[in-house]
Amino acid sequence: MSEPLLVVEDLSVEFATDTGWVQVLDGVTFGVDRGETVGLVGESGSGKTVTSLSILGLLPPEGSRVTAGSIRLDGVELVGMPKRRLEAMRGDEISMIFQEPMTSLDPAFRVGDQIAEVVRRHRGGSRREAWKRAVEVLETVGIANAGSRARSYPHEFSGGMRQRVMIAMALSCEPKLIIADEPTTALDVTIQAQVLDLLRSMRDEFGTAVVFVTHDLGVVADICDRAVVMYAGQVVERSEIDALYATPHHPYTEALLSAMPQLVARTGRLATIPGSTPPAGSMPAGCRFHPRCGHVRDRCRDTLVAERRLDGGGTSRCLRVSDLVLKGSA
Amino acid sequence: MLRYTVRRILMIIPLLFLVSLGVFALVLLIPGDPAITIAGENATEAQIDATRERLGLNDPVLVQYASWAGNALTGDLGSSLFSNESVVGAIGGRFPVTLSLTVAAMVAALLIAVPAGITAALRRGRWQDRGATLFASVGISLPNFWVGILLIMAFALAFPIFPAVGYTPLSDGVGPWVLGLVLPGITLGTAVAAEITRQLRGSLSDTLQQDFIRTARANGLTARAVIAKHGLKNAAVPVVTVMGFQIGFLLGGSVIVERVFGLPGLGDLAIRAVLQRDIPMIQGIVVVSALIVMLVNLVVDLSYGWLNPKVRQA
Repeated sequence: MSEPLLVVEDLSVEFATDTGWVQVLDGVTFGVDRGETVGLVGESGSGKTVTSLSILGLLPPEGSRVTAGSIRLDGVELVGMPKRRLEAMRGDEISMIFQEPMTSLDPAFRVGDQIAEVVRRHRGGSRREAWKRAVEVLETVGIANAGSRARSYPHEFSGGMRQRVMIAMALSCEPKLIIADEPTTALDVTIQAQVLDLLRSMRDEFGTAVVFVTHDLGVVADICDRAVVMYAGQVVERSEIDALYATPHHPYTEALLSAMPQLVARTGRLATIPGSTPPAGSMPAGCRFHPRCGHVRDRCRDTLVAERRLDGGGTSRCLRVSDLVLKGSA
Repeated sequence: MLRYTVRRILMIIPLLFLVSLGVFALVLLIPGDPAITIAGENATEAQIDATRERLGLNDPVLVQYASWAGNALTGDLGSSLFSNESVVGAIGGRFPVTLSLTVAAMVAALLIAVPAGITAALRRGRWQDRGATLFASVGISLPNFWVGILLIMAFALAFPIFPAVGYTPLSDGVGPWVLGLVLPGITLGTAVAAEITRQLRGSLSDTLQQDFIRTARANGLTARAVIAKHGLKNAAVPVVTVMGFQIGFLLGGSVIVERVFGLPGLGDLAIRAVLQRDIPMIQGIVVVSALIVMLVNLVVDLSYGWLNPKVRQA
């Protein structure tokens, strides 16, 4: 069986703090197939952004370290890869779209030049060719009059348009994998839908695999094939998307589903998950979710829980997975 | 950009008017009577009166200002009370020296400050950063006549690499011209280098925290391109502002440095004019200095438009 396009295996990352090294990712494992969209879901502090930054090797070199695990793209190991080789892969084979379209483009350069710069970095060629490619990708992401808009500066675009420019930049070298870190969070709802549509059609047109990082399960349902749910630096559940919504296998997933605003109309008030993500360095013993879990038992408080494979092909990190029947959203 | 440029140039006119008022008021404020100075210490009362009449010092102030400003507009700043040399001519003869010195100082400052500032920003909190910060505080506090003398002792006397004093015009060859400017340039540029280093360090390390830097890195741009292109261009606005301010400092500092190195520049001319109460000459030097400062600020403002495209609309 051939390996998936992206394999993240047993990835552990530590950050430096005043009191020493603190683990922020603990044995994160998941894979992404070619052309597949995988949602990386969790609250703030769950480790989803750290996971995506470590895939690109963008964690700050001082102040963070990968202590264990492997990240492979197309069979090539990225952990420990020399800086220059990794640089050459970024933007070419993997690229990333960020949450803040307003600040993620350089205000001092024309958007066309910024895209052309990336194209020339990886494809070489003349300025003219790179510029042509920039205009072409801007057209692809639905920017009208791309030829003249390429000459505009970022501040001359709205937030949604800037996110389109970011997507165009990410697509410019036809990467195998795009990591989209909350790409719609900062946008209006209507613009969100447009950007999601765009990402979907890009995936269908170019067969690009996408890791979609978000806290919003509604968006995940919209665009993802599978989901990886993270909590406190660990993967707590992996599942096909429909199965995740119908029958979640981890109480945290259930809690996230019940906290989806889409359900407000039905229940009349917005459910919340009591408490908040524990800070790195002071993780609870036993199951990390137990202090906030509605199904907690005594053994959850002191037993370390490993990921368990489930019949449907997913995994769960819950001791009670076999005796709990959790509520889905459907 | 064109509208921005034109508007910015028009703003100079009221400024020039204010400067001319200030410069003219110099005559009224400076203690001592130029007529007495000119006529000589042993002159009779009648001779002094005649001199005063000849210089127009008896006319009403407004008339004096109008005739002075009118002449100034046509490029006539009067002539020296002593040598009868025209002020414009005297300044014109010395201006290339001071311009060369200022440019040399700025070049020296940038050659020191840009690498130092970038290193400090990239190695924030480590020894390279502490070293640059230390250099900045020392460089600002060293008096430049002292730096100049030390440099002469080291690199003109102990190791005679550069001439100790004097100025070789550019027309006598690029090599000698540059050689003669190295020591004065470093002397005058040290303090400016220190100030620019400090600004660049702060501004660049802030810029490197920005999201668009992360974008550039995420797209595989080399560290060099990220820092030199996206980092520096965005970090440049406060640095260019400081460079603009420093031009005023350089013009002032050149007074001392020209003395130390025996350069026949504007500063040297200014000292003589002040000591002799040669008022037309002082006025001319102040007007020219003010013009230079205004021109530099104009260039600085226009560079904002290039560095930060948002400014062009404002």
